[in-house]
Amino acid sequence: MRLTCPFSGDRDSREFSVRGGAVLERPEGEWSAEWDAYLHLRENPAGESREFWYHDPTGTWLIVTRNTVTHEVLSVEPAREPG
Amino acid sequence: MGYSGLRIIKEALTSQRGWKPVWRDPEPKPDYDILIIGGGGHGLATAFYLAKEHGLTNVAVLEKGYLGGGNVGRNTTIVRANYGLPGNSEFYSHSLKLWEGMERELNFNVMHSQRGVINLFHSDGQRDAAARRGNAMVNQGDDAILLDREGVRAILPYLDFDNLRFPIYGGLYHPRGGTARHDAVAWGYARGADRRGVDLIQNCEVTGIDIDNGRVTGVQTTRGAIRAKKIGIVVAGRSSQVAALAGLRLPIESHVLQAFVTEGLKPCLDHVVTFGMGHFYISQSDKGGLVFGGDLDFYPSYAARGNPPAAEHVMEAGLALMPMIGRAKVLRSWGGIMDMSPDGSPIIDRTPVEGLYLNCGWCYGGFKAVPGSGFSFAHLIATDRPHAPAARYRLDRFATGAGLMDEEGTGSQHNLH
Repeated sequence: MRLTCPFSGDRDSREFSVRGGAVLERPEGEWSAEWDAYLHLRENPAGESREFWYHDPTGTWLIVTRNTVTHEVLSVEPAREPG
Repeated sequence: MGYSGLRIIKEALTSQRGWKPVWRDPEPKPDYDILIIGGGGHGLATAFYLAKEHGLTNVAVLEKGYLGGGNVGRNTTIVRANYGLPGNSEFYSHSLKLWEGMERELNFNVMHSQRGVINLFHSDGQRDAAARRGNAMVNQGDDAILLDREGVRAILPYLDFDNLRFPIYGGLYHPRGGTARHDAVAWGYARGADRRGVDLIQNCEVTGIDIDNGRVTGVQTTRGAIRAKKIGIVVAGRSSQVAALAGLRLPIESHVLQAFVTEGLKPCLDHVVTFGMGHFYISQSDKGGLVFGGDLDFYPSYAARGNPPAAEHVMEAGLALMPMIGRAKVLRSWGGIMDMSPDGSPIIDRTPVEGLYLNCGWCYGGFKAVPGSGFSFAHLIATDRPHAPAARYRLDRFATGAGLMDEEGTGSQHNLH
């Protein structure tokens, strides 16, 4: 699998590590059921999935949309607009 | 009819015409006491023990494909009880004892071979960890022998003892560990369950779980609606999808784990050997192929195949440990979909839905657990009380933080196991 990073171009997947679903909302405050959901519970989609990926050499956070059944990469976007 | 030496001679003399299919292919009835969703090793073992231990035979196993077509046929067939943490230790110890009586219990040859598992260590720190684990195994009543470097050399002379980067300090030897013929385990349990009256229904995908007033009433399937009082979900990598039919979100991520097999070779590898400095474990099948595997590809996947980076790591680790396999040709590789839990330990528990039971989170260690998991899950479904060896496999341990079983000591979070 290769990812086309918007900053570094077409790169080998070994340069990246996945850091979980980009659909999760980080809760505020003390421990609650929302924290359990954020830390542990997963939709775990079989099909299209939006995930945070990290490009290790450049320290860039990306949101990758890909199909978990076919490994097809649908889009790679910056996790935050630069600037 | 049972299997025996006499039967084989009789069939040999009568052109093998007496062999018949060993389980029925029934139409689903409209109503059962218990439905098991998932016709893999764990589901079939659950059905078998429901019938055998609890006398419950108005039971059906619903399988969307064919029996044993999932992870029970896609693993590296290692059977062991070398866990250290309370909870895991007694569970896998119980499971190994069931393995030791399995062929007699099922009247089925699963080629269970207690050839011994050797976990190598490569530093003082790893030796301490191995000694601690070995003591935990002995305290549990299982067997463990701490081998030094020369002890390992005596039984595994083919390892690269001159490797400067990954020196072999010794190994933790678990003589009762070994391998089994994975498909035969599924077939043996299927045959045993069928003979006791359990309906094994293949090509029957569950498309909905019916819930009335917080209690399950049945399922919708591609072969029609089926009512049931109790339902067990035991579907490994597809746990999240099936649980979602009941409105549940699970602490599970599905990942692909690869395995490999070489061309058939003459016997050269008598044990199961694991490398302590890279992800690599290997045994030789009775057919002669070297069967080996490594770690996850490390991103969520439902593809029953892996990618080259993980394969490359496995090959490199293997050659660093045992250069003699370098000229063996790899014939096949494949992937299985692992139901990864945050702490790396499984879940056998009730769910918030009355009458709905869950068995999942086996990560990459489900094969050796097949008999123990089936036994404990059957006990839970039949009696509504957890079976003692599996009592710590609670669904709520992540929410409460109490009773986490992080066998690797890496943390209770997805991505870490």
